[in-house]
Amino acid sequence: MVPARRLLAGRWGSPLAAQLAVVAVLLVIWQITAGLGQLGAVPTPVEVGRALLAIFASGAVWEPLGTTLAGWAISLLLAVVVGIVVGFPLGTSRLAYRLSVFTLDFLRTIPALVLVPLVVLLYGSGLESTILLAFLGAVWAVIMQTIYGARDVDPTALQTFMSFRVRRWDTVRFLLVPTALPYIATGVRLAAAICLLVTISAQVVIPAGGLGEQILTAQLGGAVPTMYAYIFLCGALGVGANAAFGKLEAKALAWHPSHRKVAA
Amino acid sequence: MQATKTPVLEAVNISKSYGEKQVLADVSFSAEEGEFVCIVGPSGTGKTTLLRTLSALGTANSGEVRVNGTAITRPPAEVSVVFQDYSRSLMPWMRVGKNIELPLRRYKLSPAERATRVTEALRDVGLEHAKDLYPWEMSGGMQQRAAIARSLAYRPQVLIMDEPFASVDAQTRADLEDLMLDIRARLGVTIVLVTHDIEEAVYLGDKVIVLSGRPASVSATVDVPLGRTRDQISTKSRPDYLELRAKIHAMIMQSPSSVSG
Repeated sequence: MVPARRLLAGRWGSPLAAQLAVVAVLLVIWQITAGLGQLGAVPTPVEVGRALLAIFASGAVWEPLGTTLAGWAISLLLAVVVGIVVGFPLGTSRLAYRLSVFTLDFLRTIPALVLVPLVVLLYGSGLESTILLAFLGAVWAVIMQTIYGARDVDPTALQTFMSFRVRRWDTVRFLLVPTALPYIATGVRLAAAICLLVTISAQVVIPAGGLGEQILTAQLGGAVPTMYAYIFLCGALGVGANAAFGKLEAKALAWHPSHRKVAA
Repeated sequence: MQATKTPVLEAVNISKSYGEKQVLADVSFSAEEGEFVCIVGPSGTGKTTLLRTLSALGTANSGEVRVNGTAITRPPAEVSVVFQDYSRSLMPWMRVGKNIELPLRRYKLSPAERATRVTEALRDVGLEHAKDLYPWEMSGGMQQRAAIARSLAYRPQVLIMDEPFASVDAQTRADLEDLMLDIRARLGVTIVLVTHDIEEAVYLGDKVIVLSGRPASVSATVDVPLGRTRDQISTKSRPDYLELRAKIHAMIMQSPSSVSG
């Protein structure tokens, strides 16, 4: 991990600069091929950029953006809270884990979007529906990661706590939770991505407002550059969310080997 | 050594089996107050099983462990364990000071008292400056010192140590051995140290318990009349030291390891 990054940094200045260079090259190729009419209905990046500016300038972007962000944030919060609350008992009790593992494996392989018809029947095409779908798509990631985390308590650490007669609640606080935290952080990062994907997809499919419905509306109205502008915005949201959670994780888990500033 | 007082720690006829396989057979020994007892035996003789029983982290099939004359069934306040694997025994998410404070949380101590105990324990092991470091920012030897400090802050009567210096380099090992002699001398704590290293056992112990055989039993209890002040160079070149070392070595070599039972 580190050596690869160093290698890249040594040859290309910094990894960020190298990545931006790749993006720039791709944009140029896109501009040339689309400009020559080789990509059919795909507009040039310049046209997409103009459409992007336009939706911001007219203010049309804010309401759908808000709907998408709200659906995403609420579903993520629910998935994290429920996932942790359900995952911990399953991870700390061998029996509960054995009894539930089959059900969990079955439920988590159901793609959230196949539940669209059912959820729409029950809750209509509002925000609740996208929240429920995103929650159902993402909660498993948090549950599974919490289970893995709770099961990973080091036997020597546990014996240390036992020999010092550390109280039950302190054992939860200072052993179980810190052990599970890196796993939960991964679960949250996965859930954040899943929630965003399912929220936007559900908004397109149902349609249920937000950026998703704007993509559909733009396509139906023949406003192809605007459609791409919204698609681009969805991508940017995903990248931003991932970076934000990565930063948060590095801060909360500064002690963890993958975030340490000092080698052991 | 004929005791008139009740021993601080006493193992009485401990036997332990895992399923069909018996690991310990009738192990008995005792440690007097302030005594340094080394339990020595080759790898795989059930030393760790014995240690788990002594600290009530595991149960024996028969026999009992007594602390100040009372049989124990769960980890007692009078006993603290220093594990071999300090990197897993210290919590990487807590600074050294917080690690040391952790066992004190169950006692009603004022914050000032707690802080004093942490500072004193760190001073006892020569880590005055390390309170705010994370364990992984320190060397292995320093980490084991921190683990020892945590046990000292807990103020046990008995310190049980499981191969505590097995994962540090030779120089650090010698330093830590002398630290333990010094701690015993200054604080009067009873130390029971489990090791596979005969040299270490004789250098540190007032008494060496030799474990051998399968299942393991006590093949000898050897008094070490080398006095309480020891020195890595002069003690280790004394003829009586060398003689004891050879004697224990011979006992371990001779013991029937797989033909017993």
